[in-house]
Amino acid sequence: MDLLDQLADTFFNWEEMAKVIPALLMVGLPNTLILAVASGILGSLLGLGLAMMGISRNAGARWVARIYTDIFRGLPAILVILVIGIGLSPIAREITGSRNPYPLGILALTLIAAAYIGEIFRSGIQSVEKGQLEASRALGFSYGSSMRLVVVPQGIRRVLPALVNQFISLLKDSSLVFMLGLAASDREIFRIGNDAMANTGNLSPLVAAGVLYLILTVPLTHFVNFIDNRLRTGKPEKKEPDELAAPIGKGAQA
Amino acid sequence: MTDFASGTLTGKNLHLSFGHNHVLRGIDLHVEKGTTASVIGPSGSGKSTLLRVMNRLIEPDQGDILLDGRSVLKDNPDELRQRIGMVFQQFNLFPHKTVVDNVSLALRKLRKLSKDQARAEALEQLDLVGLKHKAEARPANLSGGQQQRVAIARALAMKPEVMFFDEATSALDPELVKGVLALMTDLAKGGMTMVVVTHEMGFSRNVSDTVTFMDAGVVVESGPPEKIFSAPETERLRGFLSDVL
Repeated sequence: MDLLDQLADTFFNWEEMAKVIPALLMVGLPNTLILAVASGILGSLLGLGLAMMGISRNAGARWVARIYTDIFRGLPAILVILVIGIGLSPIAREITGSRNPYPLGILALTLIAAAYIGEIFRSGIQSVEKGQLEASRALGFSYGSSMRLVVVPQGIRRVLPALVNQFISLLKDSSLVFMLGLAASDREIFRIGNDAMANTGNLSPLVAAGVLYLILTVPLTHFVNFIDNRLRTGKPEKKEPDELAAPIGKGAQA
Repeated sequence: MTDFASGTLTGKNLHLSFGHNHVLRGIDLHVEKGTTASVIGPSGSGKSTLLRVMNRLIEPDQGDILLDGRSVLKDNPDELRQRIGMVFQQFNLFPHKTVVDNVSLALRKLRKLSKDQARAEALEQLDLVGLKHKAEARPANLSGGQQQRVAIARALAMKPEVMFFDEATSALDPELVKGVLALMTDLAKGGMTMVVVTHEMGFSRNVSDTVTFMDAGVVVESGPPEKIFSAPETERLRGFLSDVL
């Protein structure tokens, strides 16, 4: 067997891939999505709270946000997942009555994501011109209403690309919960690929898992570019009739 | 529009410091209801800050603010600001909302009007400033003059008792200034109580009932426009007028 065939068999053994695909799609995909979407939503909510604290006039609130962010941005994701997933598991078992590591996995991912998302939101909110808050307050809105109705929506819009990038990173980091030890039905995409690889001694299942990640992340990456573009140039505006007429007029002159 | 039954506004001995920077040093300003007071003076004299103190966007360190003879310093500042409209140099329209939503936002959320009712009133205000046809446009697609007229409509929609103009034409291209000044003149003639911080000496002279000249955080001179512009008493005012006229 020559080298090329050997490589092809190692990475692209269709038979091994075909065997793992049902589990990847039926078990891995939903589990990865549960982890990523749940911690994405919760992380965004917590992140928004951290951002509001980060720009608060209350120095105590600013400090709490600062310290939180420094800690959870400064630690490797895998360490946070292990510490929380293992350290809190007795408490979680007491509360939920189950050994399912997902609640703690989601908690750990949420805590990490919130630190990044909080900084993203804060930078967006702070980039909104001071005049916006002033105009809103001059109309009679309270600080809170002004933030909610005027400043925060604009700030979030500006950082949507960075936010989607964060979601992509979260989707990939969700693979790390495999460290917590998952029952067969709880395995996410990576773990299923990894197990199949270990069982067969062939890398192809892991390649299949990789392809599935790409199917999820690549469209998101392009979605970022799309909204980034849209935000830069604005919604395609319906042209006024005379604006449309102008180029035609020019053409007629030439 | 509003019946201008109230709106006499008085600032008394207003002081404000930012750290060591004493921006307002005991300002008195009185605007009788239905009249227009213009405030002139060199940049950095505290004119814009004075407006922000009088609607409590910035709380004064000392002094009192009276609306219709009653002190408003103990009131909820948000409610006070609903009674005082403000127009800014940089327009400050909400770019993420359409023109009509800019005008109707406060009507819906603060006046608690229904969506349809707020929209109808907003369109009416836009019609008054000649921009009803731009209702669905985004502010970014409007000229500076149009944006400022929307900003005026947005403030007027709340039926304020007093209107503040903070250098409302300073950021506009020269050819767009006229339309905004004409609108402000109409408002003044219509009996709106107005405080106008401006570099437009023509407007100050021809439209306002009283003129206040500020410099370095104090009122140097104030009086009717004929006196301020034709018979200035102080050297500082004479110097300022010779610089700007």
